[in-house]
Amino acid sequence: MSTPKANLETLPRSVQVVLVLGVLALAAFPFVGSDFYTQMVARMMIMGIFAMSLDLLLGVTGLVSLGHAAYFGIAGYALAFLTPQDAPVSLWWTLPAAVAASALAALVIGFFVVRTQGIYFIMVTMAFAQMVFYLFFDNKALGGSDGLYINFKPEATLFDLENKQVFYYFTLACLLAVYAFLRRLLWSPFGRALAGIRVNEHRMRAMGFGTFRYKLAAFTLAGALAGLAGYLWGAQSGFMNPDLMGFHMSAHAIMMVILGGMGNFAGAIAGAFAFEYLLHLFKDLPAVGGFNTAKHWQLWMGLFIVLVVVFAPRGLLGLAQRLLARKEARDA
Amino acid sequence: MDLANFLIQLLNSVQYGLLLFMLAAGLTLIFGIMGVVNLAHGSFYMLGAYLAYSLSGLFGSLTAAILGGAALAVLFGLALEWLLFRHFYDRDHLDQVLLTFGLIYVFEEVRSILWGDDVHSVAVPKALDWSIPLTDTLSYPAYRLFMSAVCLVLALGLYLLISKTRLGMKIRAGAFNRDMAGALGINIKLIHAVVFALGVGLAAVAGMIAAPVSSVYPNMGSQVLIMCFVVVVIGGIGSVRGALISALLVGLVDTFGKVLLPSVASMLVYMLMAAVLLWKPQGLFKA
Repeated sequence: MSTPKANLETLPRSVQVVLVLGVLALAAFPFVGSDFYTQMVARMMIMGIFAMSLDLLLGVTGLVSLGHAAYFGIAGYALAFLTPQDAPVSLWWTLPAAVAASALAALVIGFFVVRTQGIYFIMVTMAFAQMVFYLFFDNKALGGSDGLYINFKPEATLFDLENKQVFYYFTLACLLAVYAFLRRLLWSPFGRALAGIRVNEHRMRAMGFGTFRYKLAAFTLAGALAGLAGYLWGAQSGFMNPDLMGFHMSAHAIMMVILGGMGNFAGAIAGAFAFEYLLHLFKDLPAVGGFNTAKHWQLWMGLFIVLVVVFAPRGLLGLAQRLLARKEARDA
Repeated sequence: MDLANFLIQLLNSVQYGLLLFMLAAGLTLIFGIMGVVNLAHGSFYMLGAYLAYSLSGLFGSLTAAILGGAALAVLFGLALEWLLFRHFYDRDHLDQVLLTFGLIYVFEEVRSILWGDDVHSVAVPKALDWSIPLTDTLSYPAYRLFMSAVCLVLALGLYLLISKTRLGMKIRAGAFNRDMAGALGINIKLIHAVVFALGVGLAAVAGMIAAPVSSVYPNMGSQVLIMCFVVVVIGGIGSVRGALISALLVGLVDTFGKVLLPSVASMLVYMLMAAVLLWKPQGLFKA
């Protein structure tokens, strides 16, 4: 049903060149950018990891999850619980532990949701994520509606994450590692099976694939990677609150993937950067004649989303493709 | 829990369930007939509540406000269907999710610009501002009974409309096979517009009659939207009968959960949904 039209699994040479240039630019950025922008780009990269994790479900497997923020939040909260009030905690065991917590939650919830199809899947992933949201929102012991503070960044011994630039490069390394891992996975037998499920699940089952297990594995893995992003978010920002697992956050992640073009992970990263930049732009608008435009950033974001869906449903990449195809048709 | 207390909770759960049904019925019809996932359905509930607040101030009567508001909401629904939704009936669910999510942001901010971010209260009409005494200390407000009665009447009306009228027959034909119904000369575009406006109207009326009890506040649509999703998933998407039974079930579990097991109350409804999904992944009543 939701067969994406513009998921360029194989990236054209031109896109590959742009990607390499992009990585070089990211590597050089802390030398030219101010502290503020360095932190902002680090946050964009974290969102890039989050968007890629969702792309594994959305673009590769064809599962529209509207509750992905729950797994993002769980790992961040795990870091908050594991970090004592007065001392940092080691990165080397809290990162795996937090990611495992997200993976476990995704495995349990996935066990229920993966049996559903299409619209049911959308509604049920959203409902379960909301359950997680209320679990944290309603329980004072879990931080309640205010959330929790993380007073110290995790301690890595080999390098110092309290240093903003070191944190930036650590995030960049995570981004590249996740990208390389997912690109490798995309072309593995497992990744091919997931793509097969997206295109025609019945046929995959007829060929003897246990699609339930494949989808559950994809859901769990996507949850774990979302957890990695959530852990980094918690470490960078120093707090976690329930809004980070709310359905607005989940919808933002979908928007990031759509904006860049789905199914190839590079698009998800580009979309995350674009979306986060727009968010920054809209929240920072100047007032126009007594009307506080920045306060109503959701209005601009909402209109932007509606416009994209109406006019560029396959994202910027799809729009570029369409324009290109039109130009070729004209030239021919 | 003694009998009077039990009765109060029972009435509350029925009232909550019926209110949820008003929203879930529109949601499930809009999906069943047009195949659209509408995340913005909760916004229509919010719109109704704010209309009740403004119009009851203007007209000085909640009844007039509800009638006027319902008409406005139906017009709004028709306009929205014409402008946006009808172009999305054949699109991916993914596009529909994003479109309606964007609309939530737009509606929420327009609400903030027009009405501000304060919590408002709407007065209970004078004629219904009394309580039925149950024991020396406990009583049940008449307005809540009135709410349940309005919902019941509308539910009955919806049932008669769909199963007993010519329009209802066309709606059912459209739900069963859109293209075939169109080929047989039914104006399917008109049916779509009517169903969409009907859904918007029901959600807005639910918001309007709930306004005096729940008060009127920002983001009131999101919370109720998720509950409606749960109701629709349990009942089976596209089934109005399923929505009614599942709404009452959710009302019971939620209300009694809050009284008997307050620490896990907010999770209970979701656990119910998980259990139903294990048992029947398509919901209790597959349409």
